[in-house]
Amino acid sequence: MTEKKNKNIFDAIWDIFASVKTAVVIFALISLSSIVGTIIEQQADPEKNIKVLSKMFGLSHDAGHSVLGVLDKLGFTDMYHSWWFLMFLLLFAANLIICSLDRLPRVWKLVQEKIRPVPADYIEKMSVKSSVTLKGKPAGIKEKIVAAMTSIGFRPLESAEGQAVQFYAEHGNYTRLGVYIVHLSILIILAGAILGIFLGYNAFLNLPEGETSSVAYQDRGVEVPLGFELRCDNFEVEYYPNTETPKTYKSWLTVLKNGKEVMSKPIVVNDPLKFEGVTFYQSSFGLHPDGLGKGVVIVKASSKDGKAEQLNLKVGDKFSIPGTAVEGHVRDFSPALSFDENGKAFTFAEQMVNPAIFVDFSDKGVQKYSGWLLKRFPKTWDLPDGNRVEFLDLWGVQYTGMQVRKDPGVVIVYLGCIIMAVGLYMTFFMSHRRVWVSLAEEKNSVKVIIGASANRNRATLERRVEKLVTLLQAEQKGGK
Amino acid sequence: MKSSFFFGFATITYFVAMMLYISYLAFRKSGIGMVATTITIVGFVSQSLALLLRWAEFAELGQMGWLRAVPLTNLYESLVFFVWCLIAVYLIIEFKYKNKSFGAFITPVAALALAFIDLSGMSKNIQPLVPALQSNWLLAHVMMSFIAYALFAVSFSTGLMYLIVRSEEKNEASYIFWTVTLGIFVATLAAMGLDFLTFKVAFMGKQELIKSYLFKASFRSESSAVVAFSYAATAGLTFVIWRFGGLLRKIITSFNISSEMLDDLTYKSIAIGFPIFTLGGLIFGAIWADQAWGKYWTWDPKETWSLITWFMYAFFLHSRLMRGWKGRKVAAVAVLGFIAVIFTYLGVNLLLSGLHSYGGQ
Ligand code: HEM
Repeated sequence: MTEKKNKNIFDAIWDIFASVKTAVVIFALISLSSIVGTIIEQQADPEKNIKVLSKMFGLSHDAGHSVLGVLDKLGFTDMYHSWWFLMFLLLFAANLIICSLDRLPRVWKLVQEKIRPVPADYIEKMSVKSSVTLKGKPAGIKEKIVAAMTSIGFRPLESAEGQAVQFYAEHGNYTRLGVYIVHLSILIILAGAILGIFLGYNAFLNLPEGETSSVAYQDRGVEVPLGFELRCDNFEVEYYPNTETPKTYKSWLTVLKNGKEVMSKPIVVNDPLKFEGVTFYQSSFGLHPDGLGKGVVIVKASSKDGKAEQLNLKVGDKFSIPGTAVEGHVRDFSPALSFDENGKAFTFAEQMVNPAIFVDFSDKGVQKYSGWLLKRFPKTWDLPDGNRVEFLDLWGVQYTGMQVRKDPGVVIVYLGCIIMAVGLYMTFFMSHRRVWVSLAEEKNSVKVIIGASANRNRATLERRVEKLVTLLQAEQKGGK
Repeated sequence: MKSSFFFGFATITYFVAMMLYISYLAFRKSGIGMVATTITIVGFVSQSLALLLRWAEFAELGQMGWLRAVPLTNLYESLVFFVWCLIAVYLIIEFKYKNKSFGAFITPVAALALAFIDLSGMSKNIQPLVPALQSNWLLAHVMMSFIAYALFAVSFSTGLMYLIVRSEEKNEASYIFWTVTLGIFVATLAAMGLDFLTFKVAFMGKQELIKSYLFKASFRSESSAVVAFSYAATAGLTFVIWRFGGLLRKIITSFNISSEMLDDLTYKSIAIGFPIFTLGGLIFGAIWADQAWGKYWTWDPKETWSLITWFMYAFFLHSRLMRGWKGRKVAAVAVLGFIAVIFTYLGVNLLLSGLHSYGGQ
């Protein structure tokens, strides 16, 4: 400790940031504070968190309120945006940069360093070693050794010092950089995330069928101009048969630039539309605030003898079945029709789960029958008199809910992810392997001494050396 | 439900294998070991068949392509897949290290996990996929996460065994750490077992089960006497483990399991698990979220806990590089890492979602 006195402050700080101990402390800080962040719901209604506190610690409402007040002051109710959490991330990045800078020169030298022949007694001390005695003269088996080493993936060099011949080869010295690639990738991802925060936005857009918008909305209704216009041509939900579980939501979108259609694409969850850096994600859907007000029900009315006509209807509209005197009068609309135990109809959800229209039918002005026609139940389309009214579609009644995002950083984040995957692969599944094969001449035979080392995954190297030995022995048998 | 037959069969074989491995430990007859391995392989093949059949059933029901229909969409299926990975990893280790003693530690986990499914009556039905889940990224994400979890489970048991073997004095920090960890672990498992037993008696609807009922029969009971008793029982259990922990050490050391081998296994399983988790658990998860919701990272509790888990294992990898941090401290980090895994997988769904209102799937 005493010899550190003459170091200046800069060095001291550098040393702290170059230390793995600091890294571990920062891991712990980020992890522990994040745990709090998963218990206290972030950016939530205070009442919710008071409930959480009272459930967890049995606090009364008032005590919960004051505890939450303290947590709020400390930033825990929106901690991922708090100054101290950003500080942790900054320290983390600084640690990573300085630590890598501190070590990189040494590692770089190691990577650049070429393998050299070693004295034979060094080989004895290596962690992986083996030997085999072959008949013949060194000159005669050199070729075999080169061939065998090549077939286990090394390109051997030869040296001859005095009498002893040695082959040596290495493989994957650059894999020592894997760790630094992983560390760099983390910085790239952080940079991409920061870029996204400053240059991008997250917004949403609820766009009713048939309508066009040139803006999206952020929290509290702040408008974000898109730079072009987006129109929703159609929206549909498909359900799994006989369930209320949606199978797909799909919106047909058209992009307009200066009034001209430039792009059309249907989007579903997991398959967004991208235009000029802005991405539209299918995320929800809902009923137009005006209900059927602006929209139409599309039906196909057909008579017994096959005359048919497609019609667009609104509540209050009258229509006639072609070729007959039967007239329908649309009285009511429900987005989600169900019946209670008395058989009385009611609307059970705000979503378009089970759309239906109520129609009165009359023949030559005489009231005949009336009932609900349901889009999802074709049985209800057949009328008692053999005519048929098919409920084909609805239009202009629903809106499609989209996440709208512009994030120029996401490309960088993805790039960082790819680099990280490469770095991790290099670090954990590859290694710097070195092999030395020394030939010592004996009476009528040559003793081949093999030594090898690897900076990790020694077991794989051991297997290769074993294979090398078997190859050499096989040569021997085959040759004589 | 053709698959359920093979699942049932696999569960039974894992139980039989568990008993055989334990008797192998006790009697050390190589014949018993051979039978244990054979039975485990039979169970594994049967479970693989069951997985494939369920895959086919799912593809048929959901009317989707094969790729989309991998049965990994709910708690039940993911637990089953976890067990499958665990047995696969175990068989590889047994084959590579030529040591069957670990079987006595791994097969109980597999058998208990499968029994837990049956006891819990958790929904085994094949449910059609809601739109957000229809993604190939999600599939790769879940599959790789579970492979990594299985590897982490191995590092947890070898890490714990390392601590057991290397702690001699009852007042050492490492001894206290492993006894308390094991005590809490066993107590939690027992409490969950109790939940399921009492839950069966209470005849509640299956959907309510795990979320609202967890620890209701013990630590979160209505009656404060039961709560007090549960904590006392946990403390008692921990004390018993602490008192007789030396016995466990003797058993393990008598089976040719050296601390170097345990250390090596702990490191190796994390060295393989970490990159798989990083790529599958974090990166693919982020890509999926990006495509489905338009945000690759939202700090939601599940994501945050995955990140915490990731930091734990980064801690493990780096702690080996610090002076004075060889051996027991590092093993303790591996043990804590897996506790973070369990929390990421179960705790977030079961505890935090009960605490918050988002619940849902
Ligand atoms: C969560 C972020 C990080 C990840 C995922 C990460 C990943 C890794 C990995 C996978 C290794 C290889 C470990 C092994 O060989 O067993 C490693 C080594 C290392 N890390 Fe990190 N690291 C992170 C943060 C840091 C930070 C902040 C520092 C700053 C001090 C740091 C310093 C080191 C050092 C010095 C090595 C050893 C390099 C060598 O062996 O030459 N790491 N890191």
